[in-house]
Amino acid sequence: MLDRPTTIAPDILEVSDVGKIYQASNGPVEALRSVNLTIRKGEFVCLLGASGCGKSTLLRIVAGFETATMGSVTMYGFPVDKPGPDRGMVFQDYALFPWLTVRDNIGFGPKHRRLATKLVSELTDKFMAMVGLTAFADRYPHQLSGGMKQRVAIARVLSNDTDVLLMDEPFGALDALTRSKLQEELVEIWRTTGLTVIFVTHSVEEAVMLADRVIVMSAGPGRIDCEIEVDLPRPRDVASPEFNALRREVTQKLTSHIAGSRGKAADS
Amino acid sequence: MPTYSASEISSLGGDRETALIAGDGGLQFVNKLRFSITGIGAGLAWLAFGLSCLRWPDIGDWPRTEAVAYTAFAIAGGIAIATTAQAALGKFGDGVQRRAPWLFALGVFLTLWELATAKFGWLPLPFFPPPQSIVEVYTDDLPKLLDSAFASVKLQLGGYFIGAVVGFLTGVSIGWSRLAGYWVHPILRFIGPLPATAWLPIAFFTFPSAWSASTFLIALATGFPVTVLTWSGVASVSTAYYDVARTLGAKPSFLVTKVAIPAALPHVFVGLFMGLGASFAVLVVAEMIGVKAGLGFYLQWAQGWASYNNMYAALIVMSLLCSGAITLLFKVRDRLLVWQKGVVKW
Ligand SMILES: Nc1ncnc2c1ncn2[C@@H]1O[C@H](COP(=O)(O)OP(=O)(O)OP(=O)(O)O)[C@@H](O)[C@H]1O
Ligand SMILES: [Mg+2]
Repeated sequence: MLDRPTTIAPDILEVSDVGKIYQASNGPVEALRSVNLTIRKGEFVCLLGASGCGKSTLLRIVAGFETATMGSVTMYGFPVDKPGPDRGMVFQDYALFPWLTVRDNIGFGPKHRRLATKLVSELTDKFMAMVGLTAFADRYPHQLSGGMKQRVAIARVLSNDTDVLLMDEPFGALDALTRSKLQEELVEIWRTTGLTVIFVTHSVEEAVMLADRVIVMSAGPGRIDCEIEVDLPRPRDVASPEFNALRREVTQKLTSHIAGSRGKAADS
Repeated sequence: MPTYSASEISSLGGDRETALIAGDGGLQFVNKLRFSITGIGAGLAWLAFGLSCLRWPDIGDWPRTEAVAYTAFAIAGGIAIATTAQAALGKFGDGVQRRAPWLFALGVFLTLWELATAKFGWLPLPFFPPPQSIVEVYTDDLPKLLDSAFASVKLQLGGYFIGAVVGFLTGVSIGWSRLAGYWVHPILRFIGPLPATAWLPIAFFTFPSAWSASTFLIALATGFPVTVLTWSGVASVSTAYYDVARTLGAKPSFLVTKVAIPAALPHVFVGLFMGLGASFAVLVVAEMIGVKAGLGFYLQWAQGWASYNNMYAALIVMSLLCSGAITLLFKVRDRLLVWQKGVVKW
């Protein structure tokens, strides 16, 4: 299954014609308008866009936290209407349960699926080892660094046997060194597990570094502007000319949309 | 290898240097002896207290003066020995040494108190009884005092437990369910702020016994703060925790028991502390007015006989019990909330 080229992998997630209007106190806010997106199984997709273009909104709709005002999201052909263990979310601010140890945070999902105690601890140990936190099993979140917390958050989702990993600027609060270390680890995890990843970022470099496909979004209202396939072999070298060419291309697309949306905003 | 002279050591009260000189055990033990200034000082203060009891005649009739004096001598000797042989006594020695300044202050205070009351009468007498007359209560009136303390503890425990449980459940349900909030919130706002003691007259008439009425009032005094703080705790739980739990497949009942309640627990404990304080007040008033038992009743009874030494003795017991209850609650909290950083130590 894993050796099958991704180009003919089946679709796992389908976002069709999704629109979202928030009813804010000072009137409705149109956060998304007719977004169409197809995610294939095992794909690593980055959603890239300026602040406020609706990346988080789109991700939260896919996760099932928000419902789309228009259109629909389907997974394996079934409509998504509530959160579920098949779509695991990793937040920028970790959202670890502070009252649970590293081990219990990671074991939260398996435990609540009422798996046998032995299986729960096996799963927990496996994913704790995968993110390199076995030595910190009995620590509480407030005793961990930011990078370690995010590792726990990732392991917590993985241990739950998730199909799609949704990540909302997961490394945004980390220093550059920790960030690139975690990027490497994430790619490694993605390769070994065959997960599908939807990763929100506003860093062009991060998107080109990680993604098979970069989805560029633009604001006012939020929509998808274009998609760019990233065909570079992994591990990717930030200093290589191919990487930089792609980075320049993506940056250009992104800034042209920002300029474009500014122009439109000025017109209206 | 450093060597220490006695004067060097004694300048440092808490010196815990352990001499590791090879040789026979006796020498080793002797080498562990260190004079501590604070320890000797505390011993002297207690010695002074004992002497002050014996040096002058009592101006009243207190049969326990001599016994108190000899106990003070024993304590003085105990402090001196414990602090000197601190290194050999391990944890106990350390404990005495750490408390030596306080023991000193206590000895001085008792000496002054003894002089001001029993010996020279600087303080007016029935209102300020000397130490030996309070000790006399503990030696001669102990059964009655113990009965009272036991009655108080029983009443307090029952009422507090009911109030805490009901308050907690109410708080969780109004924090969680909109419907419960709609119906309970106005009632809470109407009844909650009323001091529980205001219910006293009604409660004593409507309940079948003074005991059940007091239990109700204590539960009421406990329940209000516990309810409000549990509620605010549950309401202020970050939605991100619920989001995460739901993506991990948690059902609503799990969200309450495994997310809302643990996350709200720090607030709940604040409520439990406030409830404890409020319920102590109600307990004493209820015992004074209606229940014919307990430390509050003992106080009332002692006041009727103008026996102030009994009142002080009861107050001391009461203070120890209340402080003990709070210590216990802190211990429970420290166990349950190890995950919280920077918790206050009681
Ligand atoms: N709960 C809400 N109520 C009202 N408006 C909202 C709400 N959430 C988001 N919005 C609006 O929707 C738009 C898109 O927000 P969203 O958070 O999806 O942007 P984003 O691309 O994730 O931005 P960032 O990169 O800063 O995280 C913004 O204009 C925002 O103000
Ligand atoms: Mg966002």
